[in-house]
Amino acid sequence: MKTFKMGGIHPEECKFSAGKKTEVISLPKQVVIPLRHYSGKPSIPEVAKGDMVKVGQLIGRADGFVSANVHSSVSGKVVKIDNALDAFGYKNPAVFIDVIGDDWLETIDLTPKVKRTCDLESSEIIKKIAESGIVGLGGATFPTHVKLSVPAGKKAEVLIINGAECEPYLTCDHQLMLEKGEEIIIGITILMKAIQVKRALVGIEANKPDAILNIEKWAKTVEGVEVIPLKVKYPQGSEKQLIQALTGREVPSGGLPIDVGAIVQNVATTFAVYEAVQKNKPLIERVITVTGKSVPEPGNYWVRVGTPLSHVVEKTGGIPEDTGKIVAGGPMMGRALPNLEISVAKGTAAVLFIPSSESGRGKVQNCIRCAKCVFHCPMGLEPYLLMNRSEKNLLDELEQNRVMDCIECGSCSYVCPSNRPLVDYIRYGKLKVGELIRSRKVQQL
Amino acid sequence: MNLILVSVLSLGGIGAVSAIILYFISQKFQVEEDSRIEEVEAALPGANCGGCGFPGCRAFAAACVKADSLENLACPVGGMPTMEKVANILGKTAMPVEPLIAVVRCGGSCEHRERTNRYDGVKSCAIVHNLYGGETDCSWGCLGYGDCENSCTFDAIHINPITLLPEVDEEKCTACGACVKACPKNIIQLRKKGHKSRRIYVNCVNQDKGAVNKKVCDVACIGCSKCFNVCAYDAISIHNNLAYIDDKKCTLCRKCVEVCPTNSILELNFPPRKPKVEETSNVVLNG
Repeated sequence: MKTFKMGGIHPEECKFSAGKKTEVISLPKQVVIPLRHYSGKPSIPEVAKGDMVKVGQLIGRADGFVSANVHSSVSGKVVKIDNALDAFGYKNPAVFIDVIGDDWLETIDLTPKVKRTCDLESSEIIKKIAESGIVGLGGATFPTHVKLSVPAGKKAEVLIINGAECEPYLTCDHQLMLEKGEEIIIGITILMKAIQVKRALVGIEANKPDAILNIEKWAKTVEGVEVIPLKVKYPQGSEKQLIQALTGREVPSGGLPIDVGAIVQNVATTFAVYEAVQKNKPLIERVITVTGKSVPEPGNYWVRVGTPLSHVVEKTGGIPEDTGKIVAGGPMMGRALPNLEISVAKGTAAVLFIPSSESGRGKVQNCIRCAKCVFHCPMGLEPYLLMNRSEKNLLDELEQNRVMDCIECGSCSYVCPSNRPLVDYIRYGKLKVGELIRSRKVQQL
Repeated sequence: MNLILVSVLSLGGIGAVSAIILYFISQKFQVEEDSRIEEVEAALPGANCGGCGFPGCRAFAAACVKADSLENLACPVGGMPTMEKVANILGKTAMPVEPLIAVVRCGGSCEHRERTNRYDGVKSCAIVHNLYGGETDCSWGCLGYGDCENSCTFDAIHINPITLLPEVDEEKCTACGACVKACPKNIIQLRKKGHKSRRIYVNCVNQDKGAVNKKVCDVACIGCSKCFNVCAYDAISIHNNLAYIDDKKCTLCRKCVEVCPTNSILELNFPPRKPKVEETSNVVLNG
């Protein structure tokens, strides 16, 4: 079975909510839609206090290249445009909307019928995706239209669809592949047309045999789409690892997937592309997994963007008593939430309750040079060394040791027998080295 | 016997030849260095703290020797006495410098600013700052993990275990600025030490609206402009819901301290007030 060459780990899978049908969570009283869903610039608000909005109406216009449109996920009245806490605990601009009814824009096709044909040209598709505010739903929430715009002088050869869902606990993509197989395949053909490639590879981890069967079934109805089962190994769903597993090509250090002719998109993004292009529906809702070891009924839910997490938690059975940490996203790369007033963003894949018996960090001990972190690093780095250099602020050495190649997957911290906070320090080092590289570029200009 | 003689002679010969070569090389590559640099360096404290803006005391000494006048050159650690010594060596005049001191502009102790979540990761402000807003709902204030304490080479700043806020030791602080650079929240500032160490400053850096930060911290500046209106010396400005007192214009009249509704303007080392303003005296003790 195919997989990436170096490193990787296999944490306990804990996919409790696998096979649970997606349910729709009722609308909250108020939504707080963040205008910044990604690392780029916040969008410029298009509505003002007191405006009435409909579902799907544009409320934030993309500002600059790495930025995406934001649409209202509910109908109702704009209460205010103010700063709201994001998952990082920082305040960022957001639109507060009081929900009144559920009144959708007339242009959105709400019929359940699957529309298979798409007559749009490549550039029209990308324009449509940009208008619909689609961002990568795998977690990084990078604007999809930017990823699809192939830079001059480079050529895309293959489209790679990420259905690996290698994070433990998460099942939202799995469930989507089971329920929306046909739509995902149409989304893939639309993306293939957009970037003008003849071939698409869908990588799905072997622990989801039903999803593999379903996607294979629908892939036979179109040309050029191939489903490839992957070995169950974390971080299989990371862009660079997935490209290596499926095509055998290695993205060069500091390079992008397009350097080896590949463009990677998540299955959930593919579904959003289908809805945007075929149904005219912007990205206003997504599937999230609510799960955890002591959650009585883990499940997958359709949630509108901007719904406060407290509402999601309330509607799905409340916080289990022994919860020590609540994490937005998976246990490996998600982030612990400072409170539940934060709203669901486009990239929020899960709400994970970690019991207090497992949530604490172990006592940090000295590095015993066992090299487990080196052995398990999927990027072939030396995490113990990078952490040490980062602690001492030796930025030049960090850069020489390719700190910028770290994908922050957390495999090193996971395997460390001394509980050393490797990723924490490496992430900090990356940030500092990134600043250094940028300042160097500014100086050169 | 012969063997010893050969060894001594050959090794001695090599030594002598090398010495001659080294002599000529050192003549050829000799660097003329102003001997006064040594003298100036000896007069400096030798802490290599970088507070003067140069990498270490020797670089500062070289800069002093090279410069035409001692303007803008000051050793914050040694202060005026050191600069006068340097001036004597160089035959220049030392420029009077206002002594500065590091000031921590956050009053959000555990008592005033509730901890709303618990962080159990790496205890470093720089890392926490990049990760999230901190254990309180105020994402501007002090995180309390002591990067300032670790950066201080003079043992002059310490985290108070009760308030979890850093406190500056006025005797030891040399205003080298290491803590200012270390603080990721830009809370620490170098301000005029003032006559008899008396200082007035806004003890807050929160730029949120008053209604927002009032909920998260009792002693936050809410940007109400009361101090701005009462100041007769144009020393107070308000930007982004935050008051700032310009230490160059402030005359230490203390009027702003009296009107501040949240006690976020702090007065340090003043004599106690007359009994009629008893309620603000607790602020003095906090310093």
